[in-house]
Amino acid sequence: MTVTSAGPSAVGAALDRKDGPLKVRGAATYAGEWPVDNPAYLYPLQATIAAGRITGVDASAALDLPGVLGVITHVNAPKLAWATDPEVAVLQSDEVAWRGQIVGAVVAETLETARHAAGLVRLAYEQRPHDTELRADRHDLHRPQHAALFGAAPGDLQDGSPADSALGDVDAGLAEAAFTLDATYTTPMNHHNPMEPHTGIAVWTDDEITLYCSSQGVHLHRSLLAGAFGVDAARIRAISPHVGGGFGSKVYPVVWGTLALMGAQLVPGRPVKFALTRQQMFALVGYRPATIQRVRLGADSDGRLTAIAHDVIQQTARAKEYAEQTVGATRAMYAAPNRSTTTRVAALDVPVPTIMRGPGEATGMFALESAMDEMASAAGLDPIEFRIRNEPAVHPEHGLPFSTRNLVACLREGARRFGWEGRDPAPLSRRENDWLVGTGVASSIYPSPRLPGNSASIHADADGRYTVRIGAADIGTGTWTALTQIAAEALGVGVEDVNLEIGDTSLPVASSAGFSSGINCWGSTIYAAADELRKLLDSEHGGMVPAEGIEASADMPDNPYMEQFAMYSFGAQFAEVRVHEDTGEIRVPRLLGVFDAGRIINPKTARSQLIGGMTQGLSMALHEASVIDPRFGHVVNNDLGGYHFASNADVGSVEVHYLEERDPYTNPMGSKGIGEVCIVGTAAAIANAVHHATGVRVRDLPITLDKLIV
Amino acid sequence: MDVEILLRVDGKEHRLTVDTRTTLLDALRERLGNTSPKKGCDHGQCGACTVLMNGQRVTSCLVLAVAGEGAEIVTAEGLAEGDELHPVQRAFIAHDAFQCGYCTPGQVVSAVAMMREAQAGWPSVVTEDLDADVVVLDDREIAERMSGNLCRCAAYANIVPAIAEVARP
Repeated sequence: MTVTSAGPSAVGAALDRKDGPLKVRGAATYAGEWPVDNPAYLYPLQATIAAGRITGVDASAALDLPGVLGVITHVNAPKLAWATDPEVAVLQSDEVAWRGQIVGAVVAETLETARHAAGLVRLAYEQRPHDTELRADRHDLHRPQHAALFGAAPGDLQDGSPADSALGDVDAGLAEAAFTLDATYTTPMNHHNPMEPHTGIAVWTDDEITLYCSSQGVHLHRSLLAGAFGVDAARIRAISPHVGGGFGSKVYPVVWGTLALMGAQLVPGRPVKFALTRQQMFALVGYRPATIQRVRLGADSDGRLTAIAHDVIQQTARAKEYAEQTVGATRAMYAAPNRSTTTRVAALDVPVPTIMRGPGEATGMFALESAMDEMASAAGLDPIEFRIRNEPAVHPEHGLPFSTRNLVACLREGARRFGWEGRDPAPLSRRENDWLVGTGVASSIYPSPRLPGNSASIHADADGRYTVRIGAADIGTGTWTALTQIAAEALGVGVEDVNLEIGDTSLPVASSAGFSSGINCWGSTIYAAADELRKLLDSEHGGMVPAEGIEASADMPDNPYMEQFAMYSFGAQFAEVRVHEDTGEIRVPRLLGVFDAGRIINPKTARSQLIGGMTQGLSMALHEASVIDPRFGHVVNNDLGGYHFASNADVGSVEVHYLEERDPYTNPMGSKGIGEVCIVGTAAAIANAVHHATGVRVRDLPITLDKLIV
Repeated sequence: MDVEILLRVDGKEHRLTVDTRTTLLDALRERLGNTSPKKGCDHGQCGACTVLMNGQRVTSCLVLAVAGEGAEIVTAEGLAEGDELHPVQRAFIAHDAFQCGYCTPGQVVSAVAMMREAQAGWPSVVTEDLDADVVVLDDREIAERMSGNLCRCAAYANIVPAIAEVARP
């Protein structure tokens, strides 16, 4: 058996999802479904005040209940070795920092008993005044210093970038402009709500600590938990081959894992099962923070931007600072000589926010792309033409060339496919029966970054089988299929010859599924391991796999081009909306997106990710808002009846096209990220279409019918 | 309080003792090891736990296990015959009508029952002819009738054509 260099391509084939046959019958094993003997069940207690301290615990009634194995509170919880991060540590003090924070847990023989007993534990509190309201006129707004990029990089914002940036003189740019805009856009808290609640089954023995978990990155979760419990990471095995969605909520927050392990310590050797309820997820696993965004634009009489200013105020938690790059996309989108961005945060007595699909870009581009539409109208230009006129030759802030940037082609191709030509730009120009019809467009952008910490191994058998191992995650993204295709291409063999293993810390280390970086990181690493295997075979075995088999491994190689090029995916999204003249009901019969995401690994699974992101964008535009009651500090609509996200009947046609071009600089596959670019811009495209249909500009998400009845 | 019950699931009979507070969903998942129906909300709001109960779709998180005594319960696992998948399951794979897969067994079961409902002439809120013997499942009908099954990955634009392929061969 010989290994050839990268041969006929498995990449680019629209293969069915490898895990499909398991998933359609419900046989893929998610975290809570691992068969374990005699499990105990854990049910958590949550704080019923938003700020203060616990002054007393009475667990006697719970402990008296038959079947209760123990009650854990801050009084008796194990002391953690690392307890500074409220997204990891629990029960380390009497302090309450938000309503819904974990303040205890019951472990019992059955789920019913654990839940019943949790209701019998009495906690006494000393309450202090709390504050959960984000307002622009707050006096305590401050420039953020995000805790860290998942423990790795310093920086004001969570992507490591500065909070503020400035070039030229915005005031002068606005003063010289023929057209100006000064508008404020607001977005609410959104919750990820993956269908699978965050779940862990923990087993603690003297030797190994096992955690079956729903994780976007088993290695990150393992290192967080090993640090918290002060144990050698090698002692913990985290297993997560199938994940029921994540959208960012299963990257960092891991209090559910910590609590499951504490439960397991209480009953050593016995598995402890813990799944958050849907309601608990609204307080414990992060959310997209609310924003207040002021955008100022100036353009000359030719429609060329003279100034762009984007000033963002967003909420963070008093317990831990989280600040996302809401201004990030604005820095990269359009040319203008005078520009500035600022980010300020208000620390509130609320749960800790976290990354949610397109963190920062999704909200920031709602503002910028709505503003661009408003400016195009003001300047009397078609919104596509206006964007094309302001297309930058290089990255507008740091001046690096783009590795590839086909935004203009996306806009033009989208316009052609959508039927944009001949559109009457006047609002209220189209009426069909009782429906006002409008169309809108917006651009999409998302970076193609890399996360550190990747390694892969490949074992070749003499019979031509290859086992590829990397601790990557498939959260519905198609990793099982796409990495198999990449490995096949890298090895020059067929996909049927590749056996992929992911989602387990017993495999080589991998970064988490986040920042649209998975395929970039994991694929590059597998490519490198395939190269190592080829070198090893050529140098020592004359290119032939020996009878006993052979294994090679590699770390993710550095990509020197990352210093030389700005790397982003792009897209153009088009929306048709219908607004009922009498009721204000809003429907979106048609969404169309054209994306420049480099080479597409699997057009079938990629399409699903893109339509999924666009549909989540529709949902963000029209439906989603978590509402905090400032009197009590909790999300009042904390279930799937109260927190509406798009259901089947909310969605019409969603069409996706690729402008496929291999990016020569991003990675050996030539791909860019697809998982997040698709949710960026959708809300603006819909808001712009709503304005076109009705003449009403809604700058406050979600766009509900009450905002259209004026 | 504990009660002994008989559950008939995917063609097999199980005798077990359950806490009367135990839901059918928890009995299936935690006691019988049948994890095909999923727990997404435990409140009947997401549809991930949908099973057939005497041929009709129910959210098994809203059915107490004791109420399932003697009923014929079919999960997505039971729709397949051995390795032979149900046509709806095959159509879901062909149309990539899911991503994470957690809502999928519920979608599949719901689709199978929904087609029977239309065949029996049950109208939905979008049905034009309320007296029709059989409701034709156009895309709008499918979307409406499948809206009790949430998909956060938002594969709806693939779910509808997958079901349509089976409903309108």
